[in-house]
Amino acid sequence: MKKLDKINNFYNDDKVIDACSIFGMMDTSGKCFSGKDIIKAIANMHDRGNGLGGGFAVYGLYPQYADFYAFHIMYFNHESRARLETYLEEHFYMLRAEEVPTNPTPNILKPPLVWRYFLKVRGGENSEQRQQDDYVVEKVMDINTRAKDAFVFSSGKNMAVFKGVGYPEEIAEYFCLEQYEGYLWTAHGRFPTNTPGWWGGAHPFNILDWTVVHNGEISSYGINRRYLEQFGYNCTMQTDTEVVAYAVDLLARKHGFPMEIIAKILAAPLWSEISRLPEKKQKMFRTLRQVYGSLLLNGPFTVIIAHQGEMVGLTDRIRLRPLVVGTKDSMLYLSSEESAIRLVCPHLDDARIPMGGEPVIGSLQNPLNSRKTAIQDPQSKTGEK
Amino acid sequence: MKTYLPPKFIIERDQYRCTQCQACVSQCSFDANYYDAEDDEVRSREENCVGCHRCVVFCPTNAITVRENPSSYRRNESWTHEAIEDIIKQSETGGMLLTGMGTDKGYPIFWDHLLLNASQVTNPSIDPLREPMELTTYLGQKPDMVKLTSDSTDIETEITNQIKLDIPIMLTAMSYGAISLNTQESLARAATEAGTLWNTGEGGLHPSLRKYANNMVAQVASGRFGVHSEYLNMARVVEIKIGQGAKPGIGGHLPGEKVSLDVSATRMIPQGTDALSPAPQHDIYSIEDLSQLIYALKEATNYTKPISVKIAAVHNSAAIASGMVRAGADIIVLDGLRGSTGATPKIIRDNVGIPIELALAAVDERLRKEGIRNKASIVVAGGIRNSGDVTKAIALGADAVYIGTAALIALGCHVCQQCHTGKCAWGICTTNVGLTKRINPNIGTRRLTNLLNSWSLEIKDMLGGMGINAIESLRGNRLHLRGVGLSDTELKILGVRAAGS
Repeated sequence: MKKLDKINNFYNDDKVIDACSIFGMMDTSGKCFSGKDIIKAIANMHDRGNGLGGGFAVYGLYPQYADFYAFHIMYFNHESRARLETYLEEHFYMLRAEEVPTNPTPNILKPPLVWRYFLKVRGGENSEQRQQDDYVVEKVMDINTRAKDAFVFSSGKNMAVFKGVGYPEEIAEYFCLEQYEGYLWTAHGRFPTNTPGWWGGAHPFNILDWTVVHNGEISSYGINRRYLEQFGYNCTMQTDTEVVAYAVDLLARKHGFPMEIIAKILAAPLWSEISRLPEKKQKMFRTLRQVYGSLLLNGPFTVIIAHQGEMVGLTDRIRLRPLVVGTKDSMLYLSSEESAIRLVCPHLDDARIPMGGEPVIGSLQNPLNSRKTAIQDPQSKTGEK
Repeated sequence: MKTYLPPKFIIERDQYRCTQCQACVSQCSFDANYYDAEDDEVRSREENCVGCHRCVVFCPTNAITVRENPSSYRRNESWTHEAIEDIIKQSETGGMLLTGMGTDKGYPIFWDHLLLNASQVTNPSIDPLREPMELTTYLGQKPDMVKLTSDSTDIETEITNQIKLDIPIMLTAMSYGAISLNTQESLARAATEAGTLWNTGEGGLHPSLRKYANNMVAQVASGRFGVHSEYLNMARVVEIKIGQGAKPGIGGHLPGEKVSLDVSATRMIPQGTDALSPAPQHDIYSIEDLSQLIYALKEATNYTKPISVKIAAVHNSAAIASGMVRAGADIIVLDGLRGSTGATPKIIRDNVGIPIELALAAVDERLRKEGIRNKASIVVAGGIRNSGDVTKAIALGADAVYIGTAALIALGCHVCQQCHTGKCAWGICTTNVGLTKRINPNIGTRRLTNLLNSWSLEIKDMLGGMGINAIESLRGNRLHLRGVGLSDTELKILGVRAAGS
């Protein structure tokens, strides 16, 4: 069995500690755009990272394969690829397999092989979405903890994560991201303090179509992790980000909460704030905090959580890490620094700093400035190029 | 029979300072000081001295020093003073040796081998003077998940009654009869003022304390003293006492001399009769019986009160606790080896049970492994000495702690271990009317609320240092603990890494 924690957390610390730059941009009308702007924006925050990790998540990327799980897998050699492909053939119906195009980049050293596969659950046509998703989660965990020299770093539909060791602008160049288009992009530049850097350990962190980019150190990690273990999540990567991703998966997919409520669990209102709410809300938020207290994320953090059709920015409840929000027409920008937003969009309609624990949500269901940009059915929109 | 026991303490009186005022004579309830009228001089009977320091504190001229008798036996690692003197006592009385308080043996105190974390550079510490810092804790069963209505504006899940604690420190079970009414009133008032709970112990509720019932845990023990429907329904929590850390597997015996008219009325037994608590609850010989009693009490209180079950920490605590949770307990209380009592056979107190730290770590881990940790809150008792112990207990996995000895020390107790004699010179563990007046409930309440307040300030400071601003983010968060001077096995049981790793 492969020891992921040994790879990602080389010195076996409590967890991997890193700080970062994060950026997210979404066209809430569902229009797709290239990676040019986000690469420029994240490169502007170069000094917030140290070259040991950069990555991007893109949504609306594979409209022609929108019903297929798009697995992106890194390998150390072709033998491990051959082995894993046999495994994939066994467990999935494979429509297409191809090497992810790359572009030699001077500072990207010893890159792994990166392949992508468009998969369906074998015999899954008749089963419910949640069962198929559970199956995919199980297989991803299985591969990532057992398969030698192979690691699934993206497993959602119509989206992908591209990440590796290097500055984010170098990773973008390496994976030719300027050529891709999506309606929602997030990006991350990493500054780890206790890991030599490993391709799988860069952000965004992904499970199904959920991605998380994260800046911060979660002091409640120990209990968040123990709580999630009760629900069968194995935190093999030993990073805060992994905990956020699993918490969101549990709360959104399994317990059925909308993002507004999830934000109020991860960054719960103070008891004194709850006591000032109207009675019905008071009862609801008190109960949520009583039951999900172990998922309260304590300590400094900013996260951008994304999934199909939605992007959410959230800070800890006393906002110990930066988050700036910018809007322009139907575009929503989230960034560690305002300068990065202004660089790609100098004339914003609005720029502001949200309150600690206040979620900023961009959604295709609820587009910004909908009067200006009339929106069609968001589902069909996401598929357009 | 001439006793072969030497005096335990030497009372030294500075004759230059002593004014022969006889305060020490009137203060000593053990007759260790007396006035010799013929010589007009205050003298001591040192063989009676228990080292409670009542005379030292109340001597107006600070003339008295009490210290351990320095005369020694021939050095022997096996036959210590204590071993020799215990045999002398038994050969002179023919009975079991009784004692009070928790064990004074040198068993490892794991709190002193655990160290807390603090934030540096990669995350900021939080200043509780400037930022909110939350200690609020809710005890009781929590569901696996919450279901919202389809529009996400209300909850469908009905959550059982949760008990709010402003600080995660409760005042443990001490019965009226064992302790004085004034002492119990001090505890009850302090708990009410501090937003926490006090516990009746197994002696029922005196009518004068009914006004503090909203912060009360009503105990139901094997003797069933003072248990009636109204008593159960007045309380916030009902606690079934199975065992006690100071005397696991042993019942209780309140001697008839302590059963005054008031005590007899509260306990609902005839005046002057011995109050005997059987060793087991005679309706609980197995886990399914416990479940029946839990549900009998839930029925009796119409499912409005969480039911707590208290056990002594023993070898199989983890398995027992898991059974208790499955039997329907909303709160489980673990009382450790160092837990205290008003009276216990010394041999039991000093040899039975396991340290609370290990029991807590094992129980919390087991309940999590079985996915039922949310079904019950864990409260630990037995040897919590300061806010550092409290904080470490919470990091190990406790929801809250009970304090007993620490609360009594705040009231004046000097841990002289004479609780079983009923002569407590500080007026705490006695029903002697002259002595009980020594506790003034107004002052007692203030001393206790001061103690709770200072601990709560200290806990907030430690939390802030760790970069945490709510107690639930520390609960069970063992990454904030490191062990020093512990074996690999102990670290493994505690689920804690060695310092430096």
